[in-house]
Amino acid sequence: MHAVLVMIAQRLALGLLTLFVVSVVIFGATELLPGDLASALLGQAATPETLAALRTQLGLNDPAPVRYWNWATGVLQGDFGTSLATRRPIADMLAARLGNTIFLALYAAAIAVPLSLILGVLAALWRNSLFDRVANAGALSAISVPEFFVAYILIFILAQSGLFPSLVRLSPHMPLGEKLYVTFLPALTLTLVVTAHMMRMTRAAIINLMASPYIEMARLKGLSPLRIVLRHALPNALAPIINVIAINLAYLITGVVVVEVVFVYPGLGQLMVDSVAKRDIAVVQAIALIFASAYVLLNLTADVLSTLTNPRLMRRK
Amino acid sequence: MTRNITSQRMTRRGLLQGATALGAAGLILPASYRSAKAAPNKGGTFRIGLGHGNTTDGYDPGLWDNLYAQVFAASRHNQLIEVDSDGQLIGEIAESWDSDDGATWVFRIRQGVSFHSGKDVTVEDVIASLNHHRGDDATSAIKQFFDPVTEIRADGQNVVVTLNAPNGDFPYLMSDYHLAIMPGSDGKIDPTSTDGCGPYIVESYEPGVQATLNRNPNYWKSDRAHFDRVEILAILDSAARLNALMTGQVDLIDQIDPATIGMLESRGVANILSIPGNAHYVFPMDSRAAPFSDNNVRLALKYAIDRQQMVDTILGGHGAVSNDNPIGPANRYFHADMEPKEFDPDRARHYLRKAGMESLSVDLHVADAAFSGAVDAGALFAETAAQAGISINLVREPNDGYWDNVWMQKPFVASYWGGRAVEDHMFTTGYAAGAAWNDSFWEHERFNELLVKARSEIDEDLRREMYHEMQRIVSFEGSVIVPMNNNYVMGAAKNVETPERISANWNLDGFRAPERWWFA
Repeated sequence: MHAVLVMIAQRLALGLLTLFVVSVVIFGATELLPGDLASALLGQAATPETLAALRTQLGLNDPAPVRYWNWATGVLQGDFGTSLATRRPIADMLAARLGNTIFLALYAAAIAVPLSLILGVLAALWRNSLFDRVANAGALSAISVPEFFVAYILIFILAQSGLFPSLVRLSPHMPLGEKLYVTFLPALTLTLVVTAHMMRMTRAAIINLMASPYIEMARLKGLSPLRIVLRHALPNALAPIINVIAINLAYLITGVVVVEVVFVYPGLGQLMVDSVAKRDIAVVQAIALIFASAYVLLNLTADVLSTLTNPRLMRRK
Repeated sequence: MTRNITSQRMTRRGLLQGATALGAAGLILPASYRSAKAAPNKGGTFRIGLGHGNTTDGYDPGLWDNLYAQVFAASRHNQLIEVDSDGQLIGEIAESWDSDDGATWVFRIRQGVSFHSGKDVTVEDVIASLNHHRGDDATSAIKQFFDPVTEIRADGQNVVVTLNAPNGDFPYLMSDYHLAIMPGSDGKIDPTSTDGCGPYIVESYEPGVQATLNRNPNYWKSDRAHFDRVEILAILDSAARLNALMTGQVDLIDQIDPATIGMLESRGVANILSIPGNAHYVFPMDSRAAPFSDNNVRLALKYAIDRQQMVDTILGGHGAVSNDNPIGPANRYFHADMEPKEFDPDRARHYLRKAGMESLSVDLHVADAAFSGAVDAGALFAETAAQAGISINLVREPNDGYWDNVWMQKPFVASYWGGRAVEDHMFTTGYAAGAAWNDSFWEHERFNELLVKARSEIDEDLRREMYHEMQRIVSFEGSVIVPMNNNYVMGAAKNVETPERISANWNLDGFRAPERWWFA
């Protein structure tokens, strides 16, 4: 167990370094974009005088390293600062949207992970059967069309008939049941998008093991195929499956802006896109940090879990 | 200028005696919309889905720049002066206004109007609201309106504005949507406050998502603000917006894609409102840069564009051909009888030869940020121009940063105008020498001379003549191609009722659908 704790500590330290590098890169990248917040805010209405006045008000005339330092010291004290565009505290802007994003990601994951594991195990069990082919073909077609197209098809079938709302309108005090109902279509869309990857990895990992000698031994012992897959093959196949699940969970948090737009879901993705378009660097950095943290933490969890599932890795010194 | 003439010309009704020409701008409405309206019903929740609205939108009146911010602002604020459905000025917080010489304007502030917070609207509040857009450190988009203003002072219940030169249209500028009246303290308004004296009170607002407002029970206009509640949603995706309307999740949407209008009509679930106005799409050319510095080249390009085809394909018929005229049919002094510019490749070649060229090759920089369909419009233009020996090389620019890096930076681009209620407003903002938004960098001596003269001309006929001459100059010697006037196209649920006339001044009935409309 001690080895695991050391590993977690090491990974967390590396994660912090990663976050630092990410924040520098994001800051640099937004500096490279043409135009700044002042010109983005004023748009077509910008004149040299109004631009100069707004830049002074927003503190955009300081050199870039100074602005980065001011921002970074604030974040270390838990203060993300205020949005340059709306003058609202960024923590407030993020809180609700981060909650929405995580809710949708968990909702989709709660459907997609069990579904893809079960489909993957069954497909491995009945390899090359009709079920295997149908499950593969279905999952691959769902992943092969763009996600907004999946969303439109679901809207066409399920929303225009009045079964589910096509607009997700959340209010803070909505009961959980209603919340699950109004967010069903985006969650289903995301499920369709991520299931194929996880299912096929489960199937491939298990099938890969099925050829190994110890499985053959188990088969010769006269065990039932289901028991062989669940007791003997699956535990050894967990490491790659866990990694794929972690990648897909990270995608569910960071990469769903298109689905957010189609269902008008107020998540972080839309906020990120708007903030980039308006050069609202402070908000972009805060969100980039959240996204990077999500990746770092999920990958860390995946590493720890796959180590735990493999006694050989636990003993390695 | 004598007092007698002033009372005819400069008062708000007199100012617009020529406005009957507006009647020409008929509205294309479904038959049911033309029938006589019963007295408006009260009640209901009016849900609006708009294709605008960003998470970065704020409350600062000087920075409102998109339809979401504009409609949300009109729902909670009042202004000094309102433009009514006929394009006439009517008093809002200013009860009346007058000027002896066109340079000193006296606005009488209405008494008994209160802010949502309960505080009465005072002369000081009005002055603070105007001063927010004025001065060296102002960041407002309409700062330039106040450049000629030398003083704004209180005089009892009046606000007196002094200009450095007469301008008969100054009250029109005061109807601009940025000029919300907000409570002031120490001569300043709080640009982060929602407090206003308008029809609805803000309950909650999540930028880029939704605003919820409730009727202001103390609203001073008894015949307005019929809904109990207004919800304004930002739905940027046009298919999502259309879906929301068809499944009854919203009652009104804007910006319907022309390609889907027929489908929506055949479904019979919503009415299409198509409102012709002064809004127009443009292709400005930098008149300082070769080859556009030669008016013959500009004319060649103007004859090499098929305007009717653009209206039919880019606007789906919801618009009208424009004769390179930024003044629209809803304007008072619109010059309707100028010789039209048909698509005429031979004539385009003729002007090319006059410019000493056999053929011409230019880059046209476009992005859909300029207007929806700008890239397609550019492709159409290139297609027709090729028949006249002009090769237009379409350069596709990113939407992001278009107004910074392309517009007024590259010599030949696409852009749009929302249209203005008065000629002077339009010309001063976009065509006067040195104007901040003169996007063709065009300078024409006679035009600029007329522009100043027309402002203070009091004879109606002379003034019309001057504005007609200016329109002719812009059309035939200007450096902006104006191929079409685009309609404002909205989709409304069947139970949404509107007044008989819908304003052609800005989208959504002059942004005031929440205040003016009701449920059947």
